[in-house]
Amino acid sequence: MSRKEIAMTHLQDRQPEYTPPNESGPDALAGRDDSEALCEQVVRARAERATLRIVGGDTKAFYGRRVETAQALSTTGHHGIVHYDPVELVATVRAGTRLRDLERALADNGQRLAFEPPHFGDDATVGGMVAAGLSGPRRPWVGAVRDFVLGVRIITFDGKQLRFGGEVMKNVAGYDLSRLMVGAQGTLGVLTEVSFKVLPIPHAHACLRLELPLAGAFERLTAWGREPMPITGAAHDGEALHLRLEGGEGSVSATRQRLGGETEDSCFWSQLRELQLPFFNGAFDNDAHVLWRLSLPALARTPALEGDWLVDWAGAQRWLKSSEGRGFEDEPRADAHIHEAAIAAGGHATRFTPTANGDSPFTPLPPVLAKYHRQLKQRLDPQAIFNPGRLYAEW
Amino acid sequence: MELLYDERIDGEIADVDKSGLMAAILAVAPRLTLLDREEDLRPFECDGLSAYRVLPMLVAMPTTLAEVEALMRVCYEHAVPVVTRGAGTGLSGGALPLEKGVLLVMSRFNQILSVDPDARLARVQPGVRNLAISEAAAPHGLYYAPDPSSQIACSIGGNVAENAGGVHCLKYGLTVHNVLSVEIVTIEGERMTLGGESLDTPGYDLLALFMGSEGMLGVITEVTVRLLPKPEVAKVLMACFDDVERAGKAVGDIIAAGCIPGGLEMMDNLAIRAAEDFVHAGYPVDAQAILLCELDGVESDVQADCERVRQLLETAGATQIRLARDDAERQLFWAGRKAAFPAVGRMSPDYYCIDGTIPRRELPRVLKGINDLSAQYGLRVANVFHAGDGNLHPLILFDANQPGELESTETLGGRILELCVDAGGSITGEHGVGREKLNQMCTQFAADEITLFHAVKSAFDERRLLNPGKNIPTLARCAEFGAMHVHHGELPHPELPRF
Repeated sequence: MSRKEIAMTHLQDRQPEYTPPNESGPDALAGRDDSEALCEQVVRARAERATLRIVGGDTKAFYGRRVETAQALSTTGHHGIVHYDPVELVATVRAGTRLRDLERALADNGQRLAFEPPHFGDDATVGGMVAAGLSGPRRPWVGAVRDFVLGVRIITFDGKQLRFGGEVMKNVAGYDLSRLMVGAQGTLGVLTEVSFKVLPIPHAHACLRLELPLAGAFERLTAWGREPMPITGAAHDGEALHLRLEGGEGSVSATRQRLGGETEDSCFWSQLRELQLPFFNGAFDNDAHVLWRLSLPALARTPALEGDWLVDWAGAQRWLKSSEGRGFEDEPRADAHIHEAAIAAGGHATRFTPTANGDSPFTPLPPVLAKYHRQLKQRLDPQAIFNPGRLYAEW
Repeated sequence: MELLYDERIDGEIADVDKSGLMAAILAVAPRLTLLDREEDLRPFECDGLSAYRVLPMLVAMPTTLAEVEALMRVCYEHAVPVVTRGAGTGLSGGALPLEKGVLLVMSRFNQILSVDPDARLARVQPGVRNLAISEAAAPHGLYYAPDPSSQIACSIGGNVAENAGGVHCLKYGLTVHNVLSVEIVTIEGERMTLGGESLDTPGYDLLALFMGSEGMLGVITEVTVRLLPKPEVAKVLMACFDDVERAGKAVGDIIAAGCIPGGLEMMDNLAIRAAEDFVHAGYPVDAQAILLCELDGVESDVQADCERVRQLLETAGATQIRLARDDAERQLFWAGRKAAFPAVGRMSPDYYCIDGTIPRRELPRVLKGINDLSAQYGLRVANVFHAGDGNLHPLILFDANQPGELESTETLGGRILELCVDAGGSITGEHGVGREKLNQMCTQFAADEITLFHAVKSAFDERRLLNPGKNIPTLARCAEFGAMHVHHGELPHPELPRF
């Protein structure tokens, strides 16, 4: 099987039961509350001892293990912006809302999701984005998805819709279940609604390209990091350091003057976010490479792994087009080697190119941590209804 | 209101032979400091919620990780509850000891292990004081952002357990936004690290789950925090209003204009008069409300923001706007705000402090609601707010010596929190739920939600040994209301500002 074919098997949700998200237009604005039907489906699944594969826009199916189950639970019928008040800096959105619809509504009011989540496709939903928990290039400076989640509604294993957190910035009542849901990939419950803290789009921005070798770029980023500079993006593509500045007019123009370099288009950053730069060409289904994301301490030495690197997050996120190993047969060994190298460098690795062998793309957890993950999953989803095996095979 | 642990509704706790337990602990941790005589236990009988006091069975003061692990294993085997305590400055009784429990005091874990200016992080033991981290980072031009009012005394471990905030959290976030990793010892004596020096970790975000968990899921033995470069400049604008609701609306106007102030605080007339009388900060005592707006960052941006905010405040109907001339005046403006609690304490024999949060848009309506309730109950309420993030601290003035006044104060406090929950807010923004506010959890959460909280707890501590009876009420308990009670201005830790 070629990588292309393997990638196709991960698009398992393109099956008859999959419904594409609602179209834009008046319906998208009004939205629809489908939570009762979703609760009923969970109750039914529980009674039938069935399992559910939770799916929104099906744009991130590759990000995790295949969920081997016949029944899909689609959130796309449960959509719409429930509440958005720009003065409040809070937007509450149903999980099936298309991410781009939310972002458009925010942009109309001069605001945005500051963590700039990747979409990986037009149909990406808000629920899928939160469940995946992936953040864009701005992450080291403004925070991750979880930092902007204020509250959620979830459907629990017994088919009840419950609310945790809320629409306020500060809330220390009870355990923080809202943030726990971020990146849990639906394994602890079905996300039906999320409240986000949103932020104003800064008054000024500039994108720069500085011809610098990687080592020199690291050195400067380290020094700049200790000053209050308006940097909100720093990536190195092997040839040049790309910088994004955002802030007040004064600080952005002063920093731009000081750093020099050439001005470039801001689409570098959206292409980086969506993994659409030339570096990523064919990375998902190319037989020559396997794409990996390494999350490392920003100053960590580059692990000695074979392949090409693209550095983002000022060093804290590094993309590797790996040529480790010799063909498919050798993949489990090569994958283990990359996980070990990432751990040794103080971080972890995630395989983005789908694999056919059923291994988790995520770095294995240390034993004690794995035990508490298992127990938490067991308590919140005792019958293992939701996305079984999505993160790790054991649960 | 009865806050003390009640086995009938809070859950049974096993009876244990104290000397047998001590022998078992010392057998595996011979050098561990254990206190068991009444006079030695006395200093630990309460935290910042000093109206409630309980002598623990034992106090343990470990100095090494091995001692913590050994202690936990023994307590787990003997089914003895463990209450962890940091600096003991918490306001909600989260570290209130248990008569049949061990109080684990982490104050000897007080070392700053490393400050790495290049990676902008500090690795510290949990007993290190919040402010000490910023002091250690200062030579590098860095600081640790969350600044709870008790920051000169409170410990970072306690900050994690409370997910502590401060006056700058609208812009710089809470503890959860500024901690990279914590090392935990579980009730079974295992060690694990949550988070890491990378910006994310595989699996569930247990780091976020442990933030604000009141020591009920594990014991924090090490914390790695993120450090930020110090803002180049900070300027403070003070705006006066002849109408409280107008001031509330001005807060929204500033945010809506795309400004995120470093701090945005509000006080009403009663609080202004109290603070001015106490600190002489230069507040106009005839104003119905003042806003303090701190703008920080790079000089040129701050200049522009100041101009923008000044215009907004004028349009919003401010009767007077003053920009602090220099750093000394900026400190003075803040001093009045920071002294608001003790200042109010001078006006009345007793007061209750409430810690509710609301969506900002509800500020005018909730303020009006508080005013109406105040009139209805015949009790004065001074209002100080972290207005930027909607965190209210209404202070109810009363006299406990007047028959019935304490009871109506408690009812009024409960009504104010109900108003907050009703407006879409929370019963606590930053003080947390320990023993105090335990009952009000029942207002904010439905029984099914509370049941799920218990499910989370049982994943980490099935035997309910870590700080039992705090944070999450048993369903049996869901009944009454309460709030912080201060008698004759006797604030716990009166030397600390409370805001």
